Amino acid sequence: MIPETFEYDSPSTLEEAIQLLQKHGDEAKILSGGHSLIPMMKLRLATPERLIDINGIPNLNYIKEEKDFLKIGALTREADIEHSDLLKKKYPIFSDVTKLIADPQVRNLSTIGGNLAHGDAANDHPAVMLALNASIIAHGPEGTRTIAIDDFFHGFYMTALNHAEILTEIRIPIPGKGTGGAYHKLERKVGDYATAGVAVQMTLDGKGVCRYIGIGLTNVNMTPLRASRSEKALLGEKVTPGLIQEAALYASEDCNPSEDLRGSEEYKRHIVKVLTNRMLHKAAERAMNGGA
Amino acid sequence: MATKPIKVTLNGTEHSLEVEPRLLLVHLIRENLSMTGTHIGCDTSNCGACTILLNGKSVKSCTVLAVQANGKEVTTIEGMATAEGLHPLQEGFREMHGLQCGFCTPGMIMRATELLKQNTNPTEDEIRWGISGNLCRCTGYNNIVKAIQYAASKLNGTEMPAELKEEVSAEE
Repeated sequence: MIPETFEYDSPSTLEEAIQLLQKHGDEAKILSGGHSLIPMMKLRLATPERLIDINGIPNLNYIKEEKDFLKIGALTREADIEHSDLLKKKYPIFSDVTKLIADPQVRNLSTIGGNLAHGDAANDHPAVMLALNASIIAHGPEGTRTIAIDDFFHGFYMTALNHAEILTEIRIPIPGKGTGGAYHKLERKVGDYATAGVAVQMTLDGKGVCRYIGIGLTNVNMTPLRASRSEKALLGEKVTPGLIQEAALYASEDCNPSEDLRGSEEYKRHIVKVLTNRMLHKAAERAMNGGA
Repeated sequence: MATKPIKVTLNGTEHSLEVEPRLLLVHLIRENLSMTGTHIGCDTSNCGACTILLNGKSVKSCTVLAVQANGKEVTTIEGMATAEGLHPLQEGFREMHGLQCGFCTPGMIMRATELLKQNTNPTEDEIRWGISGNLCRCTGYNNIVKAIQYAASKLNGTEMPAELKEEVSAEE
């Protein structure tokens, strides 16, 4: 399978890339890791007239803590996230999620920025970012802006990014003491999209009372979904197995899965309930063990 | 449609070419540069038969554009053996019967090359996760895992697992 013909640019600065996007309008698409875009082009589901390859732009591949934020550059490869000592030690939710994204070869090229900017509710990072309450930094002709993750996903393959804007960084508030995060998805085989996936980030105080909770759901709604009713049930309360069960039930009731080859709507709601339950327990356990 | 000039080093030899941007790296390797050891399996980045090393990282060359390899080094199965003989991974696949039809083998070996660079002494579980992006429809994977264990022992100089040694001596 061969894509339709297109023109190709490989700018070496962000400014140059933004200018090219402005000049060519809707005909141009950004090429990052390419592991969603190129398969779509080979199947002729996407037929951009021009690709702007941003891989030659320096300083967009980093993972660092700075002031109050964990900052991840948009061109950071999934493999770099998977093997980062900082993330393994302080943010185990990233180890949970990256090892479930596609396979090792794909993770060598695919980027976290592309995973988010693609706007696909079946991708795994969006739910994690909802749980972590991340912000998206975008560069465009008018300068830089920060987009809250809850305002980022607009619809199927649609995000808050304007055409000439480039996602450059993901910013995550550094969590306080007693925080734990966890992610899991059910997949039929390695490399599959999630039947359903659940991301949880939780902060517990010394008495086991929930001081922060974020729950994101993968592939059970048109857009990545925040389990708001589950979060409300937990916030400010002492976390008990009974309360976790209640929160898991709310998540399964509030999501909107559709039947496909991965299962019926009923089955997927059941999976959401089971995974939410498990991830809340796992996050709480990590929070109590002092992990982040 | 405008072509783009690219320079690619394939198994140590530099090539300068003019290519269409839509040319896939696997086609550059197989058709433009006539190295057909890299196979095209599913053509959808699932099976891993087209795995090559791009600047030392294993990638699926059916899902990379040739222009993305500009200025980079590509290593394929043809680049593995030296004048002294087969690469330990190639030897391992032969000794441990890590192949039947052989279609997946080049991709398996290229993937395992990076795996053993990152982790010189992987556990069986780490090997199985490590090759989770490569499909084999013949062997059931057990002998592929053994082939990689064989190569790991040979490369890192540790004792071969007893089970593997028995198999080698039974052959002789």
